Amino acid sequence: MLLPATGLFLLLACWQIGVRVLGISPAILPPPLLVARSVQDNAALLAVEGWVTLRESLYGFLLAFIVGVPIAVGIVSSRLLDRMFYPLLIATQSLPKVALAPIVLIWLGTGMESKVAIAALVAFFPIVVDTAAGLRGTSAELLELARVNRATQFQTFRKVRFPAALPFILAGSKVAVTLAVIGAVIGEFVGSDDGLGNLLLVANAQLNTAMAFAALTALAVLGMVLYAAVAGIEMLLRPWLGEVRHG
Amino acid sequence: MSAAIASATTAAEPFARILGVGKSFGEPRGRFQTIALQAVEYDIAQGELVALLGPSGCGKTTLLNIIAGLTTASVGHVEIRGRRVTGPAEDVGFVFQTPNLMPWRTVLANVMFPMEILGRAGPAAKARARDLLAMVGLSAFVDQRPMALSGGMKQRVALCRALIHEPSMLLMDEPFGALDELTRMEMHDLLLDIRRMSATTVVFVTHSISEAVYLADDILVFSARPGRITQRIRVTLPYPRSAATRYSAAFTQLERQAGTALGVVHPDA
Repeated sequence: MLLPATGLFLLLACWQIGVRVLGISPAILPPPLLVARSVQDNAALLAVEGWVTLRESLYGFLLAFIVGVPIAVGIVSSRLLDRMFYPLLIATQSLPKVALAPIVLIWLGTGMESKVAIAALVAFFPIVVDTAAGLRGTSAELLELARVNRATQFQTFRKVRFPAALPFILAGSKVAVTLAVIGAVIGEFVGSDDGLGNLLLVANAQLNTAMAFAALTALAVLGMVLYAAVAGIEMLLRPWLGEVRHG
Repeated sequence: MSAAIASATTAAEPFARILGVGKSFGEPRGRFQTIALQAVEYDIAQGELVALLGPSGCGKTTLLNIIAGLTTASVGHVEIRGRRVTGPAEDVGFVFQTPNLMPWRTVLANVMFPMEILGRAGPAAKARARDLLAMVGLSAFVDQRPMALSGGMKQRVALCRALIHEPSMLLMDEPFGALDELTRMEMHDLLLDIRRMSATTVVFVTHSISEAVYLADDILVFSARPGRITQRIRVTLPYPRSAATRYSAAFTQLERQAGTALGVVHPDA
């Protein structure tokens, strides 16, 4: 915790001094102290807009989770589903989600729904892939234990496969939750009248670069908060997660 | 009556019967067919410990899995108490080569797993689980996770898990193979204690000659490719067996006999 903080401080110090020494206009690259003042001056605005983006990201992530986990279960449980849809799922990953954003906006409008949908779209893939990998990776011996004890398919899933996959699901969720923020901001860029992404666009248009950086700072904090929330859940399960990683 | 007293092993109804069991992998009569097990015939008496002894790849684990109902025989079949085995049976406990514990469950919850599946995970079952864990000396670790335990302790938990539903037969697949020698010897005595307290019938797969002699009433020596019983050795060492047993002349004699059957001891040596 101390070393990254020192690193950040050094970086900001170089930035502050560099801008001053090279005489770069604040409209192009505002020094960190100016950004800090902008954050301070616009704290209320950042909080309001940040709250919008936070909700979009969180709902998008949750939607991706609620849809993604059952899809992963389906793929793992049925060879037919697996062979029919898994290649398609991989193929859709070559499609940049940003390109879908305008279409989603046509369907769902410029309100929160479209942002949530885009966030979910972006967050969906790592959840499905990691959950499927976790469910598939359940040790053959544990499955044999379930079999020798005459566990039903459902019991095996609930008591063996799902807990065994949990570390993978959480790993996928950590990636997904940060991607959800990106998805929400993409949605706001394409069309909206609130959120941090919108604030960023407005600040840019006004050449208020300090404000744009303040919005960026808020986005970074938002991403970290969401990541920390998932990591916190992981920490609660730490007693056994550690051993799973070591095989 | 007198016949029953004379010999327990020739009692009227054997506990389990292995009837002409064979197992082959690959296409039947195909070019790449491998015969893992051939014409295994054996009656297991109630309360007996049978050791399946042989080199790796001799099909002894395959036979154990067939008895457990995890694998189906290509020919022949197994009967337990006169009933043909078609799948895993309820009153069988299984101990794997590795402890095979769930890292996310506490020691107690791991032991309770079979009871949960049977829908009998009540307070009585929990009390029994605690008793079993106390018996193997793990009372202090009931609420710990497996990662806090040593290899020997983990395998003791696995043993409790296999015993929790009071099975009439215990199937053990090289259960102590991964343990160090001292721990292994402790586990041997623990298993002998368990057998003294309950009349559990045990089938025990091993590739250790001394382990087979120390634990078993009967040793079935297997040859590899195809896996066949080449010799049956009756172990007449008296109970209780202890460290002294390991150094007795009778023990050494039995080890030599098993070693000869396996082809690792030259008959004249």
